[in-house]
Order: sequence, then C-alpha cells, then structure tokens
Amino acid sequence: MTDDVYIIGAGIHPFGRTDGRSGRDQGVVAVRQALTDAGIAWPDVEFAYGGSAAAGSADIMVNELGLTSVPFINVANGCATGGSALTAARNAIAAGACDIALAVGFDKHPRGAFNAKPSDYGLPEWYGETGMMLTTQFFALKIQRYMALHGISRRTLGLVAEKAFRNGTLCDHAWRRSPVDLDTILNAPMVNDPLTKYMFCSPAEGAVALVLASAKKVRELGSDAVRIASVAFRTRPEGSFEVFAPSISVGGGGKPTEVASRAAFEMAGIGPEDVSVAQLQDTESGAEIMHMAENGFCADGEQEQWLAEGWSEIGGKMPINTDGGCLACGEPIGASGLRQVYENTVQLRGRGGERQVPNGPKVGYSHVYGAPGLSAVAILER
Amino acid sequence: MSALTPIAPGLWTDEAEPRLIGARRADGEIVFPMPDGDAAALVEPVALARRGTLWSWTTQGFEPKEPYSGPQPFQPFLIGYVELPGEVIVETRIVDAAPADLTIGMPMIFAVVAFDAERSTYAFRPERQP
Repeated sequence: MTDDVYIIGAGIHPFGRTDGRSGRDQGVVAVRQALTDAGIAWPDVEFAYGGSAAAGSADIMVNELGLTSVPFINVANGCATGGSALTAARNAIAAGACDIALAVGFDKHPRGAFNAKPSDYGLPEWYGETGMMLTTQFFALKIQRYMALHGISRRTLGLVAEKAFRNGTLCDHAWRRSPVDLDTILNAPMVNDPLTKYMFCSPAEGAVALVLASAKKVRELGSDAVRIASVAFRTRPEGSFEVFAPSISVGGGGKPTEVASRAAFEMAGIGPEDVSVAQLQDTESGAEIMHMAENGFCADGEQEQWLAEGWSEIGGKMPINTDGGCLACGEPIGASGLRQVYENTVQLRGRGGERQVPNGPKVGYSHVYGAPGLSAVAILER
Repeated sequence: MSALTPIAPGLWTDEAEPRLIGARRADGEIVFPMPDGDAAALVEPVALARRGTLWSWTTQGFEPKEPYSGPQPFQPFLIGYVELPGEVIVETRIVDAAPADLTIGMPMIFAVVAFDAERSTYAFRPERQP
C-alpha cells in the first residue's frame, strides 16, 4: 500500500420500497448525491466499481451519469458486492492507479424471503425441494444452539429488534420508521423458532455510493474526509457452519467473520476496545448478538448483559446499528454492506442529527456477512 | 412405504434398517450427501450411524418458495441438525415431535418417512427411552 485512502463523499437512496424507480436508477441518485457531497463532478471520477445482486449491471449508469470513458467494473459477489466494490476502489487508489474512485451498490428484490436455486450453490435439487434451502432457517438454527450454549434469552432477541426500530425512527434513510414495542416483537408470529417476524429483516430496495480519494486529492479539495483504516474481505475457513449446509464437520471450525475481523483489526493496528460505533450484520436479531462476539466486542454470553444495560444503544458505551441496521432498513443485497460504511461516515463526520453518537466518535467499524459464508469488515477513522 | 419413491437416489441405503450415505474425503473428514461430478471420484461412500444427538432445531412456519415442492396445503414442519458421533452433523427433517419436546443433546434416531403422496425422504425422530 503506497498511501492512505479516504472517503470524501457519501450518498444514499432511501431504503425500503420505491415503486416506479429501478434499482439502478436508485444507484444513480446515490452517485449524484455522493458527488455533490464530495464537491466534484462525474468527469472527475477516474475509476468506478459497482453492482447489484438482482437489479442489473452497474456500468449502464454511464448512460445517465455521462459517457466519460471512465473504466467501470461490474461487481457481482452476492452479499459481499458492496464490500468487494469498496475493497477494489480502495486498492485502486492505494496502488496509485488513480486519485478518485467510486464504489456503488444498489438492489431491488421482490417481496418475501429470498429463494435460492440449489444449482447456483452446488447443491442437489432435493435439498431445495424438501424445504431446507432457506437462509432464515440457517440463522434460526445457529442462534437456537447459541442461546442454549451461552444462556441468551428470547427477551434479549426482542431487545435487539426493539433497538433497531427505535433507531430507525431517527434515520431518514431507514425503511421502518415506527417503533415496535418488546411485547409485540416477542408475541408476533414465529417465522423460524426462536425468531418471530419482527426479528427478521426483509429483502428491500436501496442504493449507496461512496467517493474515495487519495491523500493528495483530499488536501487539494479540502475535503471533509474519513480515513479507511482497513478493509478485509474473507470467504469461509474449513469446518465453519454456514448457510445452505447439508452437513457440518463434527470437529468444528473457524468463522469467516472472525477471520475478516482479525485481519481488519491487524491492518488498522487497533483492537475492539478502540471502536466508538459499529454496524454489524443483523439479518435477524440473533445475528447481531452472535456477531458482537465473532467481531471481538464481547465474550459469548455477555450479550445478555449488554442488551439489558443498553450498552449498544446510541448513548451507550459502544453503539451498534445506529441507523436501525438491516432490521429497520431492509436488505437490498448489493447496497447493504455499503450502507453500513455510509452510516459510519455520517457518524464520524458528526452529521448524524438525532441519531448522532455523542462525544465525537473516532473509529467506526462495519461488518457484513452473507451466503455462502463470507464476510467483509471495514474500519474507518477520523 | 414400498409404494413411495425416494426423493433422490443414493441418499440412504436399501436395507431393513436404512442408513444415510455419507462421503469420506481423503483427509478422513465425512460430508453428506455424496458429491456428484468430478468430486465423487475423490471420496469413499460410507453408511452413517442411525443414532445421534440433536445439535440444533427450528420450525418452518411459512411455505418456502420454489423449488420447495411439498404437499398442499402447506403444513409447517421441523428441521434441525443431528450429530452422528465421530462422523458428521447432518441437516434433516425432524418428525414425531413438537417444539416443546426438543432439547439440544437429546438422542435421535434415523427414519425414512413420506414426503408427499408419491415420495419418501429421510428424517430423524426423538428416540424414546424404554
């Protein structure tokens, strides 16, 4: 790495449902907002990376943004699409290939749970036919065992969702903007035991764009910049328990989140205790709980006290999912990982308004996890 | 059961007390099911234990989208993982149980059960202690 890389512009198209606007058009809105925020124009962008899981190729955006001959690489990497675009954009600048690069992610999914095709994941048809190929089941099976082993209560699952919807009310890009009380969450219809319908995020729509720049460009533009201290993207290690797994090793194994998290902390030269605000993958309530431990913020089982004491609230000792996370924003796959980085950029710049983390947060941590067992972590510093 | 066709060939053995068919890799690790294609040449088929313990479980409360092809109208079902000691942890349907009956670590036994009017699939059920 030759030099530091910074985020100098961030744009977001509100998450949720926007009838009549394609996923890619939502991406264009986010890009224009990010360019304005960075104080640059589209022709200033020297390299672009972007993609979606279900809303088409990103490079077609040049039709709307301008035919500047910019090299625009389409990224198609499932749940890591946004994280991969960010990794590539950062590396292009760090390698000295350019001074300004764009990372954009967008998506638009139909309503209801994702339906995956077995053959896309190298699995036999019967696995899908018999009703075992559902991401929601994986999360339920993982948290069910985790709760039994580490003494996590159903109430704690409910508190995570209650916090998400409360934070969502303070966030203008969130989809769910109304609070939901704990009893309603706990007594809602069960989707996959122990998770009720308010404990799961839903597939949605939305877009995020980030403008990255070299130190030289930051000085030149006088940008309100946030430094990317590290980005680590990892696929699963041997023996890990992942979504869409007809069998698991009896020997146990590592986790892609643990591997990515360790690498990101090492690259940044800091530890979990240095983080002031975190955005953790919360596909459902249990995921946030398990990811608190997998990312090194607490020991297994301590989440029970964290949630009871409000330590992960916006005013707590380490706020988690300050914009309501996936639970309040929904999950447009291509945009979801970049939303976390967007939110940390907002927080570190002190532009969070009603949801601003107090006392000037200095380090923002984001973590995305997805099928078929991958994780991307980004650490931002002010 | 003789009228039912297995949901896929090669998932379990054809014997009085059928067993799941796993695959032993060169490093000794067992996986399920047997892989197909080029990977099949790199593994040895192995009949798995009929008894194990419950590793985790959940309910399926809503009807999955395609390619799910279960009987209509949709009936909620249980799925889980059963650890076959020293072998592998397999994902499976759980039958003859309600959520309140299930505890992680409880003994489970293998069964071949009806999936719909024409097809059979594999499952585990709690092993009742005498």
